[in-house]
Amino acid sequence: MLSPEALARIDREIAKYPAGQKQSAVMAALRIAQEEKGWLSEETIAFVADYLEMPPVAVYEVATFYNMYDLAPVGKYKLTVCTNLPCALSGGYHAAEHLKERLGIDFNETTPDGLFTLKEGECMGACGDAPVLLVNNHRMCCRMTRERLDALLETLKRQATENTQ
Amino acid sequence: MLTLEIDGKPVEVEDGATVMDAANKLGIYIPHFCYHKKLSIAANCRMCLVEVERAPKPLPACATPATNGMKVRTHSRKAITAQKGVMEFLLINHPLDCPICDQGGECQLQDLAVGYGQSAHRFAEAKRVVADKDLGPLIDTFMTRCINCTRCVRFLAEIGGFQELGQAFRGEHAEILPFLGQTVHSEISGNVIDLCPVGALTSKPFLYRARTWELTRRRSISPHDAWGSNLIVQSKHDTVKRVLPLEFEAINECWLSDRDRFAYEGLNASDRLTRPMVKTDGRWVEVAWQTALEVAANRLASVAEENGDDALAFLAHPMSTVEELYLLKALGAAFGAAVDTRIRQRDARADLARGKVAWLNGSITEIVESDGHWFLGADVRRELPLMAVRLRAAAKAGARIVRWDDSDDDWRIPGVDPHKLTAPAMLVALVHFAKHLGVTLPDWAVGLVQQPSPLSAAEFDALSAALRGAQKRRIWLGRPLRAHPNAAEFEWLAEAIAGALGAKLGWLVDGANAVGAAVVGAQATQTAHQLASAGKAGYLLVNLEPEDFAAPDAVADSFARARTVVALTPYASESLKAAADVLLPIAPFTETSGTLVNIEGRLQSFTAVVRPREMTRPGWKVLAALTAMRTGRSVAYTASDAVRDAALPQGWRTQLAQHGLTAIAPAPTLHASAIPAFDRVTLYQGDMIVRRSASLQATDDAKAERGATIPSEEAAA
Repeated sequence: MLSPEALARIDREIAKYPAGQKQSAVMAALRIAQEEKGWLSEETIAFVADYLEMPPVAVYEVATFYNMYDLAPVGKYKLTVCTNLPCALSGGYHAAEHLKERLGIDFNETTPDGLFTLKEGECMGACGDAPVLLVNNHRMCCRMTRERLDALLETLKRQATENTQ
Repeated sequence: MLTLEIDGKPVEVEDGATVMDAANKLGIYIPHFCYHKKLSIAANCRMCLVEVERAPKPLPACATPATNGMKVRTHSRKAITAQKGVMEFLLINHPLDCPICDQGGECQLQDLAVGYGQSAHRFAEAKRVVADKDLGPLIDTFMTRCINCTRCVRFLAEIGGFQELGQAFRGEHAEILPFLGQTVHSEISGNVIDLCPVGALTSKPFLYRARTWELTRRRSISPHDAWGSNLIVQSKHDTVKRVLPLEFEAINECWLSDRDRFAYEGLNASDRLTRPMVKTDGRWVEVAWQTALEVAANRLASVAEENGDDALAFLAHPMSTVEELYLLKALGAAFGAAVDTRIRQRDARADLARGKVAWLNGSITEIVESDGHWFLGADVRRELPLMAVRLRAAAKAGARIVRWDDSDDDWRIPGVDPHKLTAPAMLVALVHFAKHLGVTLPDWAVGLVQQPSPLSAAEFDALSAALRGAQKRRIWLGRPLRAHPNAAEFEWLAEAIAGALGAKLGWLVDGANAVGAAVVGAQATQTAHQLASAGKAGYLLVNLEPEDFAAPDAVADSFARARTVVALTPYASESLKAAADVLLPIAPFTETSGTLVNIEGRLQSFTAVVRPREMTRPGWKVLAALTAMRTGRSVAYTASDAVRDAALPQGWRTQLAQHGLTAIAPAPTLHASAIPAFDRVTLYQGDMIVRRSASLQATDDAKAERGATIPSEEAAA
């Protein structure tokens, strides 16, 4: 189900907790599984549950609670735009609207080429840099004006074509 | 000890107690939904907010530890305002469908809304709707009503042993669900219906059958296993509509197994026998009671006279009451018949050699106090679902639990150390373990000890260390082991090992009144299973069908060859109509009074809940009448109480065994190759009533059990 490398990373997370408390590593294990699989399918969740000796529904509780776990396939680049109050006051909504227009999709949709998924996010703890967005959960982009958004999309598209060549 | 003050009243509580505990001690009611005394604290409904002096905000009573000098006000303006605020939020998404909700009239939310709800709604937005879930044939769901208290989740995880439900998603989207595509398989799942404080989880068999205020309630005792769970049986128009647990801390706490809860459906089965019937020249005819009794007595008498001694066997299901079995024994004596109830046991030597009565050998509450458990050939979840609950509590308190049996089933008890051993392998392993502990082996074990041991000396050392490390050590003999043809050898070895390890033996007996049956002496030199398959000339059956026995096909064949089979039964099944030639309708447990002695030797009497169906009569009266016909003397019992007092004279408890058997009649040397496998324990096939509960039979467990018997039926056809 998961590669030996992913399992080794999960084992490293398990080792951080006392023996018999494997379930403490559930969030890390789901993150590692999602990085490898792109999203968390029913089978992946069941596998993680089995690996950590947890009831599957307990892992499902965690996977559904947190925004960054994707329970459906997403595009190559998942853009999560913060629309909480400080961002909204500094143009967060405009940033989201601009992306919707440029990509031709709404929140929780994926472009037909499978490149971009747009998500609405909650506060990312960088209100001073508003408006902010996250690329694939890990890369934070600050002060996203229209120009910077366009530049970001161009860079990502170029990256994608370079990777496929 | 801590001293605090609640609503101006001082109270002393143990260290670690919560404000809720202290209030309960004083008898002060604090409104709550998610709090339950048997479950972990969640504090997620917030209904129990109370005012605590010097605390800036109201605190949840269920999760706030009591401290010395604390001053709590549960009904101050601040507390009431907080509680009303919580109630307003709880009602935001709750549908106002009480008139069509099964919980209506017994709903915590409804009751508390009367005290804390507002008459008008301030919430003008759309209410949320949650999709219903498929939780199997026993639990119906109306998830929009759910207030997310998570009692069901915590029950299944903590008491049921495996978290089959979870609270997924977040905030307004949070909902209770099983893992994708799965359902609930716990054998005690029905308890979540009682726990649900709203109408989100309701009983499927009871759905829309009656309103709670229309029901008549009577106390009763479950006849479906030896635990002796206390029941509240609810009826309407002389029909049993529902069964709920009657809280009894020493036995069932506030739980019931699904078997005890849903078996009642079988009481209203379509094949209830309501009039006496006699088969003449292959045709069934309804007759008057007097005629039926005369035919039965005459046919049995002619067999007794023409086929001589040993021609008759009177057999009863071990769910039969003390009264029925005592009078059956008297009837057996009048006809010279063997009387027995051990329908699934293949070895009579164990009970004969022991002399005393097999039972739990202690009280039910002692199970949790014992910290070392070794199960031999047991299937706890199927035999005694509520024993598994006690074991989970023991495991949580640190008890070591080791199991030897031939099943892959997960007991859902954390930390159980399983060893999969077939019956012959287990016998060989026990012989080697006994030798390892320095027990002198008898002659019959010589052949076994020459076999290689399935377990190593290190494993034996680990096991004896685990048991010796415990303060109170128990060795349990399960139903498959006790039903085995070599039960005597198994018990001898277990007793020898128990002696060496300083452990106490306990027997997981089969049948609600198995202990009572043995105490009143309804035991012959052969077991009921052996007598039933022995091809006697005449049989009298009480609450029995061929399906009840260990080998149903052989028994049905034996009955078919008998000259006469008289059946005292609440049901006229096809198999019984084929086997018997006189059918006498007797009352099931809800229609008669009686007494059961449970596994811990507790005598529990119950009375009828509803009137007997049509011409149905209490079994003990029918047996008394048959005895009177045979002996010509009238039997002087006017009530079942008098029968019970005659059956169980003072001091009957001295018959209960303290030890296993220590000597068995000389037996030939045993060889592992000649030892058969263990029988399987079924969850939902054990007695006539359970087999007729449509909902229980629709569960995956029952389907799997019936699936296992289909090939043999086809082969027979």
